[in-house]
Amino acid sequence: MLEDLGTIFIASALINNFVFSRYLGLCIFFGVSKKMETAVGMSMTFTAVMVISAALSWLVYNLVMLPAGLGFLKIVVFIGIVAGFVQGADTVLKKINPTLYHKLGIYLVLITTNCIILAVPVISSDEKYNFMQAITLGLGSGAGFSLALIIMASIRERLELANVPKPFQGMPIAFIVTGLIALAFLGFSGLITV
Amino acid sequence: MDTPAKTPKDVSAGDARLRASVGPHISSGESVEHIMWTVSAALLPAAALSVYYFGVHSLLVMAVSIGSAVAFEALAQRMAGQKVAVSDGSGFLTGLLLAMNLPAGVPLYLPVVGSAVAIIITKQLFGGLGFNIFNPALIGRAFLLASWPRYMTTWPVPHDSLSLASVDATTAATPLAILKEEGYARLLEHFASRYDMYTQMILGHRGGALGEVSAIALLFGAAYLLYKGYITWHIPVSFIFTVGALTWIFGGDPVLAVFSGGLILGAFFMATDYVTAPMLKKGQVAFGVGCGALTVLIRLKGGYPEGVCYAILLMNCFTPLLDRAFRPSKFGAAGAKVKV
Repeated sequence: MLEDLGTIFIASALINNFVFSRYLGLCIFFGVSKKMETAVGMSMTFTAVMVISAALSWLVYNLVMLPAGLGFLKIVVFIGIVAGFVQGADTVLKKINPTLYHKLGIYLVLITTNCIILAVPVISSDEKYNFMQAITLGLGSGAGFSLALIIMASIRERLELANVPKPFQGMPIAFIVTGLIALAFLGFSGLITV
Repeated sequence: MDTPAKTPKDVSAGDARLRASVGPHISSGESVEHIMWTVSAALLPAAALSVYYFGVHSLLVMAVSIGSAVAFEALAQRMAGQKVAVSDGSGFLTGLLLAMNLPAGVPLYLPVVGSAVAIIITKQLFGGLGFNIFNPALIGRAFLLASWPRYMTTWPVPHDSLSLASVDATTAATPLAILKEEGYARLLEHFASRYDMYTQMILGHRGGALGEVSAIALLFGAAYLLYKGYITWHIPVSFIFTVGALTWIFGGDPVLAVFSGGLILGAFFMATDYVTAPMLKKGQVAFGVGCGALTVLIRLKGGYPEGVCYAILLMNCFTPLLDRAFRPSKFGAAGAKVKV
């Protein structure tokens, strides 16, 4: 059981890293990785939202939708759950903890439409994960995305000083860096046979 | 004389003597050029042995790889409007290291493609020497391995004597591949005794890439670089020690682990790259330990028999973070929290 959860965690964080091997969530990945500070803030917010929305989606899918035979509606429902939850968290946070809201508020809005947040519930329903497995998948995906963001931010801060040819400055070189990191992440392939 | 007075801008742009480079400003008589050519020379014993074992085709692979690397570097520097500086030897060294990572029997267009990826994409797009994030030769190898996995894992058997014939048609799995597919006991059967296996590993009579066949020839070159102070012990020792120790802990044969595969080549000649490894000693030790741990992880659990190349590339991703984490406190600011 525990070994199984460990496998899911490592697989979702490293081997099937959402950014470097599934190429999902790239809009936030490129948008927020310019500075280390924002990357760290985004990582924490993202992981928290990921775990909670994975849990919520699992509950709704397995306790309401499957018994009612509404499994085919899952994509629409998952989008609704994530958007509703994030919007709710946004409002509540603004009211009870304005300091934290000030720090994390902008990230919350960005996360609502992120594809990884949608991919996690879809994968866990496809794989017929149980509750703990679904949460572990969310945690692993969050950790993998945080790892990607923080590596990328540190590299991009170093690239600020690099003598990159003009046409490649900014986004183009960021895409090239991502491709090269993905090449390095190939080393993890086959690490765990799921 | 009636020449117009120079504005400060002219001075800074025109007169190289008045431009200050980044510190430290200690004159040692060493130059990038000198170091690059010395490192290339330190690879010569291993290169010569590979020609001895794999025949002339090995020499061809090296020539094509080096030639195309230098040509691509000149082309890219010209296109970027930089001064063409191929004589600094960095393109030459990248080409040589790439060839060292290829099997002897590859078709000759592979080193050309590998050099293009290494020089143009990995190095020049980032601004050239000193700005690349990843080790160019290793990215070249990883790209080739992903694109032509069959050519990149077909290892010709080493000859017993110098032969002018092309590469043998017979191929053999590398010791690490046998270890992965069939286990330690089967690997031992290929040799007369355990002692015999170790000597063959160290002298280099085994399947493998050009540069990884002979540990002793590589160590000879590495010792010279250490003696000259061009590389320090921090990365290679922590890298190799971690591989040996972790392999031993997980029940493997540490001597075999250290002398097989590309570990010696990677630890001394590629992980120590000034540009892509951390600058500070503590960071370098952490880098070496990380490389070692990832190598063992990939060797024991991963899909590939050898993990040195990917381990170094993965740790290259972490180099800016390591430099950040071990940033020393400012002089006089000890104890004060320096915000990073």
